[in-house]
Amino acid sequence: MKKTENKTINNSRRDFLSKAAVAGTITIAPGVLLHSTSAHAIDGDATDLNTSVSTRPLDQEVSSKNRWGMLIDTTKCATGCTDCVDACNEENGLIGHNRPETDAQYIRKVTLKSKSTGHELSLPLMCQHCETAPCADVCPTGASFVRADGIALVDKHICIGCRYCMMACPYKARSFVHEDVKNQKLSAPRGKGTVEACTMCVTRVDNGGIPACVEACTAENHNAMIFGDLKDPNSPISIELKKHGGKQLRSDLALNTGVRYQGMNE
Amino acid sequence: MTRFLRQTAVMVYALVGFSLLSASTLVGTAHAGTPFPDIHEPTDKSVKCIQPEDVMRREHMNYILHERDETMREGIRGEPESLANCINCHVEPDENGEIAGIETDQHFCSACHEYTAVQIDCFQCHADRPQKYIKRNSHTSSLRQQLQQTLAASNAADKGVKQ
Ligand code: SF4
Ligand code: SF4
Repeated sequence: MKKTENKTINNSRRDFLSKAAVAGTITIAPGVLLHSTSAHAIDGDATDLNTSVSTRPLDQEVSSKNRWGMLIDTTKCATGCTDCVDACNEENGLIGHNRPETDAQYIRKVTLKSKSTGHELSLPLMCQHCETAPCADVCPTGASFVRADGIALVDKHICIGCRYCMMACPYKARSFVHEDVKNQKLSAPRGKGTVEACTMCVTRVDNGGIPACVEACTAENHNAMIFGDLKDPNSPISIELKKHGGKQLRSDLALNTGVRYQGMNE
Repeated sequence: MTRFLRQTAVMVYALVGFSLLSASTLVGTAHAGTPFPDIHEPTDKSVKCIQPEDVMRREHMNYILHERDETMREGIRGEPESLANCINCHVEPDENGEIAGIETDQHFCSACHEYTAVQIDCFQCHADRPQKYIKRNSHTSSLRQQLQQTLAASNAADKGVKQ
């Protein structure tokens, strides 16, 4: 009962915030991101590409003022490289059981081949953080949800492990934990009987960081991934998208994904 | 009549047991015949708990539950009422540098929970010790090899994802 009341209050607060955001963009928009990004950042220094990070005080709730996303340049993504995948496994404490069919996997490398030209490209595929997420649509418990700032998550406290969301996800982005888990990472709780997927490293993001995969890709100088706020027109990711555009995988499904790809030529 | 007496006796025992439980500091003091859980007291006495002991004993689950939903759904972090905060103070290595895991009755949480026979589910997902004592993932490197090997196989299976 208490919980329901809480929810109502928070919902109306959120409604108010989003309405306020529409009505008074001037009062709310400034201060979200004060980084000014020069064109130099796009063409030159790779580390500058990931300057768009959360500046929200941690005692305030996330809001739809931001939408976190990633942009992946497939022309820079090296075939056979798994730096992002390794970083993700380490970050989230994912353990293999020598059962590739069922081992948890938040991000994987995929090779696409054009049927018409035979052109091949290699890209990392993870939860695309859909705005209208099929996983959240089908979830019978409300465990699958999309946070106000666009990050799709599983609330494992209430997930019953029915795996509807796994079936609904067009990108096969989700995994089910089949085994007891020990030695979890503090920032990545995970356990048997629940479904999980890429969280866009939500704890890092909330603390003003960038996802582990993007960090690794940049550190290894591949620079194939940019993280940032899609709603901030001055963020490197938005500037780059405006300049060169980006594709949504299976854009025919109109899910408005938060992860976009470049260089997907046939 | 005997039944009534027996019931009364049970009630008296329960009452005595309960008052002992709340009166004592619960730190393994040897009361004749009454077993007590062995609860680890944080060694750093300069850090105060967020609430008095009696409040925490009764309310800790409510604090954690409230914070859980706010963190999960709204991204509010760093509030003092968090499971990670409990663990950070209350779970420490012993003299030998070993940490008693949640599966033992020496862990701060399981000591009481086993004593009161209340099942605790938090640690099926959450770390039962502070981050600095979490072992690095020894399996990750084998996962890496396995990944490299199965990359080709999974690629074949993923051809269904169209551009
Ligand atoms: S990619 Fe799959 S798991 Fe991620 S939000 Fe979309 S439907 Fe859900
Ligand atoms: S497995 Fe969990 S998150 Fe997925 S649909 Fe079922 S309850 Fe929802």
